Amino acid sequence: MLKLEHVNYEYGQGTEMVVHALKDINLEIQDGEFIGLIGHTGSGKSTLVQHLNGLIRATSGVIYFDGENIYADGFSMKELRQKVGLVFQYPEHQLFEVDVLSDVCFGPKNMGLSVEEAQKEAKEALTLVGLGEEYYKWSPFELSGGQKRRAAIAGVLAMKPRVLILDEPTAGLDPQGREEILNLVASLREKTGMTVVLISHSMEDVAQYVSRIVVMNHGQIAYDGEPREVFSHYRELEQMGLAAPQVTYALYGLKNMGLNVDTDMITVEAAADNIAAALREYGASPGETGSGNDSIMPEKNGCSDDGMTSEKKERNDNHIMPAKNIQGADSTAEKENGQKDGGTVSGKGGL
Amino acid sequence: MIRDITLGQYYQTDSVIHRLDPRVKLAGTILFLVDLFLIKNVWGYLIATIALATVIHLSRVPFKYIMRGLKSIILLLMITVIFNLFLTDGNVIFQIGFVKVTWEGLRTAVFMGWRLVMLIIGTSLMTFTTTPNQLTDGMEKGLRPLKYLKVPVHEVAMMMSIALRFIPILLEETDKIMKAQQARGADFEGGNLLDKAKALVPLLVPLFISAFRRANDLALAMEARCYRGGEGRTKMNPLIYNRTDKMAYLLIFAFMAVDIFIGRFF
Amino acid sequence: MKLKQRMKNIITTEHLQYDYVVRDEEGNEAGYYRALDNVELDVRQGDFVAILGHNGSGKSTLAKHINGILFPTGGTVWVDGLDTSREENLWEVRQRAGMVFQNPDNQIISQVVEEDVGFGPENLGVPTEEIWERVEESLRVVGMYEYRKYSPNKLSGGQKQRVSIAGVLAMHPKCIILDEPTAMLDPSGRKEVIRAVRALNQVEGITILLITHYMEETVEADKIYVMDQGQIAMQGTPREVFSRVEELKALHMTLPQATLLADELKKRGIALPDGILTIKELLAELEKLMNTKAVPV
Repeated sequence: MLKLEHVNYEYGQGTEMVVHALKDINLEIQDGEFIGLIGHTGSGKSTLVQHLNGLIRATSGVIYFDGENIYADGFSMKELRQKVGLVFQYPEHQLFEVDVLSDVCFGPKNMGLSVEEAQKEAKEALTLVGLGEEYYKWSPFELSGGQKRRAAIAGVLAMKPRVLILDEPTAGLDPQGREEILNLVASLREKTGMTVVLISHSMEDVAQYVSRIVVMNHGQIAYDGEPREVFSHYRELEQMGLAAPQVTYALYGLKNMGLNVDTDMITVEAAADNIAAALREYGASPGETGSGNDSIMPEKNGCSDDGMTSEKKERNDNHIMPAKNIQGADSTAEKENGQKDGGTVSGKGGL
Repeated sequence: MIRDITLGQYYQTDSVIHRLDPRVKLAGTILFLVDLFLIKNVWGYLIATIALATVIHLSRVPFKYIMRGLKSIILLLMITVIFNLFLTDGNVIFQIGFVKVTWEGLRTAVFMGWRLVMLIIGTSLMTFTTTPNQLTDGMEKGLRPLKYLKVPVHEVAMMMSIALRFIPILLEETDKIMKAQQARGADFEGGNLLDKAKALVPLLVPLFISAFRRANDLALAMEARCYRGGEGRTKMNPLIYNRTDKMAYLLIFAFMAVDIFIGRFF
Repeated sequence: MKLKQRMKNIITTEHLQYDYVVRDEEGNEAGYYRALDNVELDVRQGDFVAILGHNGSGKSTLAKHINGILFPTGGTVWVDGLDTSREENLWEVRQRAGMVFQNPDNQIISQVVEEDVGFGPENLGVPTEEIWERVEESLRVVGMYEYRKYSPNKLSGGQKQRVSIAGVLAMHPKCIILDEPTAMLDPSGRKEVIRAVRALNQVEGITILLITHYMEETVEADKIYVMDQGQIAMQGTPREVFSRVEELKALHMTLPQATLLADELKKRGIALPDGILTIKELLAELEKLMNTKAVPV
């Protein structure tokens, strides 16, 4: 539905401080997807989404909405902004009307709807975010922090967008507020079938909701895939100032200790089930354990106990192999290779 | 666009001008402005330009950076120049229809434009080289005699310095709110004057609310750091004139005298 | 006995109570809302104390009492032996218990980092030369000395908060209260700030009162108070508090995934000790189990 081709964005041209905020972004968003867009502050994620509804114009590259080039002559930006709803960070800071209902009507009215139609859309949107009729006449500034934010989200929902983009919707909220908003977004998607893009700097927040994660770093897309794929790069993510969920760290840690766990687990419950099962399996295996050697054994996914032992033997053989070779072929390079291999094995075990 | 506004912003570097006593710079700026309005001929303007160029050079603020500050007044500049160019009577140079350009018009237009540019550069040079705190310190101390007339000098100075600190923050916020309302279909460009004024409501209300919230927070933070007005405060940078400052005063007065003499009587 | 302890403590509150007056539309008193209810706090000199709680639990109201911004409507607050409600103590109290707020933009007064750090000492009437010494020393402690000539607008959120901390530090307080200093920061900014706060506590020996809703930030505290509805709902060391998983969940606290995972594993019959706080601890415990073969079959 949305497609970005070689999108670049620079600002500050003509000064000594040209900032290349987006570098050659290629991205395709399908109808009905639930995407998490992750990156630390300044990674370009907010800039990227402002391109999607035409608030920022790319310096080069093309963006297609339903196959239409949004930069083509005659393309209606207003319509685009209605179809691609963007909820900014701290959206409650844009509330301005005398009461909640009028504020939510602002969007639909700008779309050219009559007062009655606008109110109908606004009421529907307010119901979706869980603000009932009793709040219609409240001043938006009397609402609690979480309610304000929901009212502001309703202000965008009332325009009936096909894509809903939320820029860090949980920023500044307490844990309860965060959970409420995230659950709200998930339920919105379920009820309306909208495409949702959720911007966050917390993997843990989005991991259990989204089906795809796009990681931004220095204005580029660093990773794009299912959560479990992206999390498998947890070391690289850390270098970007991001962190995979703690569960991922635990699973990879256990795997390196030689436990047969599935590193794809994302929720705490699923991980606990998996680890408990793996521990039982480990406990049931005869002998071998407790030698200390096991805990430093790297192991391939999905190996049985037997497989594990044979794998270990293979590795050990491999170990000796290059050493033998040295006597035959006096290649120092090979020798170094062999040592390097060994080093990696014990290095992993240390973790 | 908002990034271009450099007026009133401090440019961090180390130079003779940066180290001058803010009172010298304040007095110098004011005298320079007075001078600009007193001089009448091209020699006067040239001397003022050379003096300004020297100060810019000494201040180590990049020329490009200073020019960016002019962008925000370009419209005003054009209007001034055009009005003077076409609407002054006198000896006609050429005429196309009812549009005529006169020698007098050309002269005033050039001088007015020149003066405006120097005026802006001169004042912004002061803010480029003086931190708001120094500026307020300078004002506070320089205007101290007014305290006996019950003018709250310290308070006014503090307010100004805080206003300067929050200008860029509020500009950024304006940009953000504007975009957020545009995302809800708001149109800040089209329509007649009334429509445009109406369109500002969704921008101004949130902006005011945010400004009040910030003011409240800031007042709390200042109190928590034991701020209780000017009484009993010490200064991190107490203002004491040193030899450079005295020299600077001398140079400023010398420049004034020479420039006004040449600028008026040659 | 209480008196003796009060003299030793840096912060003591006794039956602390605070009521907000609720007004109706005409501005008449329509009743009150009890924001703090019988809060008893004991903070020893040099401790790192964390106060957890969701929004509206009263934790920020409590913080404002310790810095003399709010005054109790019932009970007493002592800071370093001084009763905060006595007017003559006000500035002493604010100097001894410094405060860092949530929004990094709304507490920096000056346009240059070092001038901002000097603001507090200026207010206290510290001699010029000593102000400069204090500014340099404070900026070094939080690792912002290289940025002393910068404009705050050019700094990241985490850096701004560190400048704010330096600004308080330069007043030579005995205790620093941080009211959700990380709530508006991204993960790396949060890490920066927490690292600076720990350095203050461990290297400078300054008492820290960290108010937050992120449980991970409290892992290394000496003591945790959990607040709910204006009261202290739980207190103890992190290990004690974190082992009460169900209670914390009921108070809407988000536990670190490590603690949750350990708890879920225990429910599945894995013999793990209580109060696991980090993934490192969890892995170490699991490794022990594996090596001793004490794994359930």
